[in-house]
Amino acid sequence: MFKKKECVAMLLAGGQGSRLYALTEKTAKPAVSFGGKYRIIDFPLSNCINSGVDTVGVLTQYQPLVLNDYIGNGLPWDLDRAVGGVKILPPYQGKKGADWYKGTANAIYQNLQFIDMYSPDYVIILSGDHIYKMDYNKMLKAHKKMNADCTIAVIDVPIEEASRFGIMSVDENDRIFKFAEKPKNPDSTKASMGIYIFSKECLFKYLIADAADPNSSNDFGKNIIPAMLANGEKMYAYSFNDYWKDVGTIDSLWEANMDLLGEEPALNLNDEAWRIYSRHTAHSPQYVGADASIVNSSITEGCDIYGTVRNSVLGSGVVVMPGAEVIDSVIMADCVIGEGACVSYAILDSDVKVGNGCTVGKSREKAKGIAVVGTGISIPDGTTVEDGAMIYDSSDLVKEA
Amino acid sequence: MSVAGLIFSNIHNSAIPELTSVRTMASVPYGCRYRLVDFPLSNMVNSGITKIGIITHNNYQSLMDHIGTGKDWDLARRSGGIRILPPFIAAYSNASAAKLYSTRLEALMGVTNFISKCTEEYIVLSDCDGICNIDLTKVIDDHIKKNADVTIVTRTVKSAKEVSPEGATEVKCDENGMATEVSAYLKHEGDAEISTNILVANRLFLLNAVNDASAHGYNHFYKDIIARRINRARINCYHYDGIYLQVTSLESYFDCSMKLLDPEVRHGLFTKDSPIYTKLRNSAPTVYSEDSKITNSYVADGCVIEGTVENSIIFRGVHVGKGTVIKNSILLQDTFIGHNASLNCVITDKNVVIRNNRILSGHESMPFFISKGAMV
Repeated sequence: MFKKKECVAMLLAGGQGSRLYALTEKTAKPAVSFGGKYRIIDFPLSNCINSGVDTVGVLTQYQPLVLNDYIGNGLPWDLDRAVGGVKILPPYQGKKGADWYKGTANAIYQNLQFIDMYSPDYVIILSGDHIYKMDYNKMLKAHKKMNADCTIAVIDVPIEEASRFGIMSVDENDRIFKFAEKPKNPDSTKASMGIYIFSKECLFKYLIADAADPNSSNDFGKNIIPAMLANGEKMYAYSFNDYWKDVGTIDSLWEANMDLLGEEPALNLNDEAWRIYSRHTAHSPQYVGADASIVNSSITEGCDIYGTVRNSVLGSGVVVMPGAEVIDSVIMADCVIGEGACVSYAILDSDVKVGNGCTVGKSREKAKGIAVVGTGISIPDGTTVEDGAMIYDSSDLVKEA
Repeated sequence: MSVAGLIFSNIHNSAIPELTSVRTMASVPYGCRYRLVDFPLSNMVNSGITKIGIITHNNYQSLMDHIGTGKDWDLARRSGGIRILPPFIAAYSNASAAKLYSTRLEALMGVTNFISKCTEEYIVLSDCDGICNIDLTKVIDDHIKKNADVTIVTRTVKSAKEVSPEGATEVKCDENGMATEVSAYLKHEGDAEISTNILVANRLFLLNAVNDASAHGYNHFYKDIIARRINRARINCYHYDGIYLQVTSLESYFDCSMKLLDPEVRHGLFTKDSPIYTKLRNSAPTVYSEDSKITNSYVADGCVIEGTVENSIIFRGVHVGKGTVIKNSILLQDTFIGHNASLNCVITDKNVVIRNNRILSGHESMPFFISKGAMV
């Protein structure tokens, strides 16, 4: 069968996402819920299929069960293909022994065979921790036009935040002449988005050389990119000017959810031209009760709302009982908020049961931080969960009370 | 237990001409995100039936669009899966064979090929005007236990008002549940047990009976197949007492839709264990604005609600503008309503546009219907 693909995507989805604490206790970061009915990985996967990239290798390592189950055969993203489609690539045992993925570059290196199956001209490296809508095909066109060896997507960030990112310095043709990983004194505001397009031969050459170097930490940002720059390869920056958010922290995940609200939302998911696909569970419509009040919120199918919901994002199958209040919060699928309970400035992972009369978090103005409750936890009636608390399991609750 | 399914998509089309002028009964939108065919289809899938034929008559473009490959019902299969059975009209034969079917029996005659090629032992038949979430495995088990040739699923009606004006089939049975009399329902006083038109039949029995009817020029399913065999075949009755709504007219459609606001009906139709599947649209969640006021309503995903909504059924992709008040209405997919409009007891078909400041009202007994794509 004819197997050649022009461009193959490799999606790094093995990260633990340790700064999401309780939310990534049992799932890999890319499988964390977002925006009611999505998971973070829906964004790169939907971007791929919308950009015409129909072959995606997903590199998994940390807690892959939920992620594997979610991706399945790739049907929700039209990535269930006879040739190509989405393939899960876990670490494996080889002839010379088994190895975990030691770094981003090493993960790709261990799967060069997979890339070779499709004889691509280009490889696009993506990560599963950003929320954005991007046409990779435009970036590929720019890469081809410049006859580049590597093109790195960059976004302008405020100078005061630049030291959190990998910063590119470019000349007037957008050719990169300097790259600094998290510089103390950044001399540019062009931050790497962690999206790279490589011409295949060049990528293979550097990955093989990197793997042979015992001192390398096998990372794209730390090793591959600097090595290519040092050798004077043709590397260009591709500027992206739309919504892009790293949701690696509790605060940024909360903010990105809130970006869906408002009259002119910063991130519009109701976009016929660039659909974000997700795996559906067959939920019935949402019911809004006679005494319910819903203001400035995003609510998903399967919800039953009898109480008050304000400035919040609710996942599918959430029940808000009479007299309950949900304010400034992100509630993931199948949570139940008991009668008279108040959830304010909080993130509840899926299947959390908040008992009657509980208080979770404090009003946003007064709170120390966002209260986070991990998946499947039942909070007994009348319990108070402090603002800024991080609840991993029910034993944390006893301490709180 | 091997069972195939057959769904009649057009029977009862004439009951709601407003909604079926552009589609089949099967593809009439219902309950915010479903089409009527989703109920029989999901009931079959949830009961382990994975080979299903849908018999069509006319107007079935919307149905084909809805069903697609069948993957949303997990029916995109190598073996079995879903098959649309368009009307079979012989091009070069006599006039009678070139006619579209007009009865249930004639429809079955047109699909004897499908029935004879099935290898399954049993066939479940269903119409699309009944809305229920029935566990068909129980019906099939009962059918097998009673060693029946045909099992008719029946329900109790208390008055003639609950029955389609087209009529219904009344079934009387003995203490063992075997039918003793099958006749047209005469709209008499008191309770009556009528057929839901959900049937389980032994495939070969059905095939022989249909072929026999064809040879004799019969055309009525209950009269010519069931009633004629009432004494020599084993016709079993299975009483269903779960939630069952039947769409018999536009008023009844309005009523059946509004019943979804009753928790007993809603929870009887939509359960976690046997979900109703439908074509996915990948809509974003519904967004409620700063000024939205919504109470006692059933809402799908993909909507933008900026106004006031009360006691209404809102389908996917509906937009309700600022200052607009919607009461007791059913807004089908992608209805767009501008600012400061007022709607009461209105049904808008797909893609209707209501411009700013319009005031429209019908009455519960006569909802005001606005046809597909109209602009007001």
